[in-house]
Amino acid sequence: MTLAELKRGQQGIIIDVSSIHIPLKLLEMGCLPGNTVELVQVAPFADPLYLNINGTHLAIRKETAIHIIIETAHE
Amino acid sequence: MSKQINVALIGNPNTGKTSVFNALTGLNQKVGNYPGITVEKKEGICKLPRGVKAHIIDLPGTYSLNASSLDENVVIELLLNKNGKDYPDVAIVVSDVENLKRNLLLFTQIKDLEIPTILVINMSDRMAYKGISLDIAHLERELKTKIALVSTRKNKGIEQIRELIIKHKELSVEPCLNSSTIDESYFDNLKKAFPNQLLYKLWLVITQDVNFGKTDRKNYEAVEDFKTKSKTDLKRLQQKETIKRYQFINETLKKGQTIDLKSAKDLRIKLDRILTHKVWGYLIFGLILLLMFQAIYDWSSVPMDFIDSSFASLSEWVKETLPEGAFTNLLAEGIISGLGGIVIFIPQIAFLFLFISILEESGYMSRVVFLMDRIMRRFGLSGKSVVPLISGTACAIPAIMATRNIESWKERLITILVTPFTTCSARLPVYLIIIALVIPEGRILGLSYQALTLMLLYLIGFGTAVGSAWILNKIMGLKSKSFFVVEMPNYKLPLFKNVVLTVLEKTKAFVFGAGKIILAISIVLWFLASYGPGDNFNNAESIITEKYASENLTKEELHQKIESQKLEHSYIGIAGHAIEPAIRPLGYDWKIGIAIVSSFAAREVFVGTLATIYSVGSDEEETIKNRMAGEVNPILGGPLFNFASGISLLLFYAFAMQCMSTLAIVKRETNSWKWPIYQLVIMSTFAYIVALVAYQVLI
Repeated sequence: MTLAELKRGQQGIIIDVSSIHIPLKLLEMGCLPGNTVELVQVAPFADPLYLNINGTHLAIRKETAIHIIIETAHE
Repeated sequence: MSKQINVALIGNPNTGKTSVFNALTGLNQKVGNYPGITVEKKEGICKLPRGVKAHIIDLPGTYSLNASSLDENVVIELLLNKNGKDYPDVAIVVSDVENLKRNLLLFTQIKDLEIPTILVINMSDRMAYKGISLDIAHLERELKTKIALVSTRKNKGIEQIRELIIKHKELSVEPCLNSSTIDESYFDNLKKAFPNQLLYKLWLVITQDVNFGKTDRKNYEAVEDFKTKSKTDLKRLQQKETIKRYQFINETLKKGQTIDLKSAKDLRIKLDRILTHKVWGYLIFGLILLLMFQAIYDWSSVPMDFIDSSFASLSEWVKETLPEGAFTNLLAEGIISGLGGIVIFIPQIAFLFLFISILEESGYMSRVVFLMDRIMRRFGLSGKSVVPLISGTACAIPAIMATRNIESWKERLITILVTPFTTCSARLPVYLIIIALVIPEGRILGLSYQALTLMLLYLIGFGTAVGSAWILNKIMGLKSKSFFVVEMPNYKLPLFKNVVLTVLEKTKAFVFGAGKIILAISIVLWFLASYGPGDNFNNAESIITEKYASENLTKEELHQKIESQKLEHSYIGIAGHAIEPAIRPLGYDWKIGIAIVSSFAAREVFVGTLATIYSVGSDEEETIKNRMAGEVNPILGGPLFNFASGISLLLFYAFAMQCMSTLAIVKRETNSWKWPIYQLVIMSTFAYIVALVAYQVLI
């Protein structure tokens, strides 16, 4: 599944990021395979997403989140 | 002069880097620009024991040495240019104890440049609260550095930084990891081609689009047998490099940092629930804005009235005390009036920056970005456009520079184009005086009509900005990939010292920056208003005496008539009359015309200009406001500043593009004259039409 499908409060582990669609800056902030990600909050109108990636809190848009492949812990 | 130690302060945004800078330098700091670019350069002096001084540069916040903006380029250029005068003897990397993992990425990159580096771990007062404990000795060993555990809030650890700066020669310059293993053959090849260069520096020169002393790049291009890689390959390598660095950091922190989640408390979650809530979030944001305008208008009126009357008495005193003559007049009517026109806005500007700096410091601004992104995107803007639009209420120039962190070019360009519609502090003087003249006093629900009018003007400015963004988005049809990454920092109680320093610095910048222009224009205007060509001006006295010989005028009345005859036929009067036909339909007379023309240099000149024009020839001690209230419409009779002409003026100033500095900055940021010229023509035409309609409807 992609990061965009995560529910609020749910956690997952990043499996793969498509490097063409993801800015280097996001990788530098910790959005890398192997790191855990939690969807902390969703903005009104369902976008952007407020994430906790590996301890860093940041917000990205859904259009970016669909390029981050994750796997949830309880699947 | 004793030798200075050059220190560069580097760190991620939101790590309290500026607090560290303020703690080290206190009031010994100055803000300038890097030569040729508009990135703010903050530097200061820190006194160390034994008479040694450290020259500290507070570099723009950056997440890594992979630059994606002009501000970040500054950091890299400074660190790579060994011969530069600001090249650091020692670098201080400031990190936040709660975000150590991410902050260390930049640290490892700087270590690779073999610059002696001190690691400051800031906000250590939060450790107990967050259940964090650190093994400093282990971290120092692994990271090959010295660590200062600092809390700028509790004023702890600053002394330790000072000591480490003095002993910077003892710091290790060994990198903490070998990043070249990400592609050994490539880096071997690079090493062979440039045996005398630092490998990581080469790598940065290759991957970054930075202008590093031209010689570097030439050398690199001159070696023919060295083959570079495609852009995609380079990006893939950068990604590998990042992963590699994080591996090292994770490994290091596994032993060096323990976080006991059980004892961690989190206020953030609770606050975020409310502040980013779909109803409460917007409501709170609205209330904060309302409070801001109430403060700017209402609370600052006391010091402003005081300043206004003080300058009026000062001018009067000068006239009475000094011997009569051109110099006394210049001083009393030109310089003091002009100065008064600057000083009077200090209270308001201070309030504005007080609010903006509190919003930024507390971490609330990022929540606004988060809250507004989806809405702003509909108008072709980004959530990040909110920051320029809000700081545009201070000044469009830093606001336009603040668009640099908007990743998408389309969203950035639209933000730049519409930001000048937001009500900058230079419009404030104009609004305040006109509102005071034409809007009645009185209150509704404890809010004054005048404050509400002011808020309405801000909303009009903001609304026009957003509305024109929507139109631009439709007609420009620009397509560009949009990235949006915004850090959501922890909530922090703003540090009193930081807020005060920001307010001081920005107010000073206004007084000396804008003040110079206002003062200069005031003096020029005084000359133009006090001298004129031909008989009508030079023989004003005899003409008027003759003309009114039959009427029995008092000496006082005659004097008034002479002065107004002089003003009308002075150089400025002639210029004003020339443009009067164009502005009469808007309800303005030639004096307002002059003020409008002169305020194309800078809007805040308006009040100063009127003050100068009206004070020429008036003897009584009077405030600017009273003088303006006394003006009579030459054609219709009645006060010149009535409701219709007042509203028309307010709207004209809300929309017109009247700031040369903004045009210059837009030219620089968009790299073309096309956009600033569009702005000037379209905004000013629009302003004229709206003001015209408003006056004709209301009159």
